[in-house]
Amino acid sequence: MIRFTFLFILVYSVMQLTINGQQQNFDSPMDIQQLIEKLLLHNKRIAIEYNGKIIPRSHFSKTMLEEGDQLEIIVAVGGG
Amino acid sequence: MDFLTIAGKNYTSRLLLGTGKYQDFSETRAAIDAGGAQIITVAIRRTNIGQSQEEPNLLDVLPPSQYTLLPNTAGCYTAADAIRTLRLARELLDGHTLVKLEVLGDQKTLFPDVIATIEAAKILVKEGFQVMVYTSDDPVVAKQLEDIGCVAIMPLASLIGSGMGILNPWNLQIIIDNATVPVIVDAGVGTASDATIAMELGCDGVLMNTAVASAHNPILMASAMRKAVKAGREAWLAGRMPKKIYKATPSSPTKGMLTHSTPQANTN
Repeated sequence: MIRFTFLFILVYSVMQLTINGQQQNFDSPMDIQQLIEKLLLHNKRIAIEYNGKIIPRSHFSKTMLEEGDQLEIIVAVGGG
Repeated sequence: MDFLTIAGKNYTSRLLLGTGKYQDFSETRAAIDAGGAQIITVAIRRTNIGQSQEEPNLLDVLPPSQYTLLPNTAGCYTAADAIRTLRLARELLDGHTLVKLEVLGDQKTLFPDVIATIEAAKILVKEGFQVMVYTSDDPVVAKQLEDIGCVAIMPLASLIGSGMGILNPWNLQIIIDNATVPVIVDAGVGTASDATIAMELGCDGVLMNTAVASAHNPILMASAMRKAVKAGREAWLAGRMPKKIYKATPSSPTKGMLTHSTPQANTN
């Protein structure tokens, strides 16, 4: 039982991510696809820069997030 | 048909419009359509986290299937920032490569940093981007940007958002005369006559945002700009008569005049 609780805490711990310059806490483990669903952005046209690198959409569900990761989530807005 | 050809694609409209500063997306869409613009610029920004699912995004209102989107680097002050922004834009728009590069050098005037612009253009062209480039009205810089491989040169008419019109038509004329790619006046147009003058000079197109978005009636102004660009283009194609100071010539024949008295000075 003690061992199970320990594993539970290890697997479902909290991780801090920096998203668009703001620090937020999320459950761990989680991949990018799960994050954007949590942020209700899954139906939006977005692009993601993950720790300074652009992540293709096809890699969202293959990329596991880790404590301290930095993400930029961008969209097109009105401009000249 | 008189097409504007950019990077191998033909456009019937020579008015390119920005999508910023409108009251809401429906006004943006109405103005773009009233102007008949086929190429529209968009900016790349962080998404608003916590936005409601129902709230539309710009691309829902102006879908890439209907318009040629031109993601820009507005607000970038370094080559690195501009390159980063356009790489993200390419990912956002499924590999889209036609972009508007601008690297600014001064926060007060938004004047372009042409050295950083050249640096960014070299890298972007190498990476396969089709670069339409915002620059100053310096003919030497314009030629260098063309030599790098930019697909359109976009000199300013006057400062971004100033509405001051074309301040240096002579420089624009040199740029146009030297260019083998489209020259599109970008920035500074204030009203319809400015757009017409640009086109009469021989520009291939005009790009604007504030002149339309900040008009009292943006949709009517967009319509005016569409006609102004068309009128200027037609006048340029037609070829203007030469200017002749002190050489007044009547349009009606001087032969066969009825006898009439010579005008006399009034002595009363």
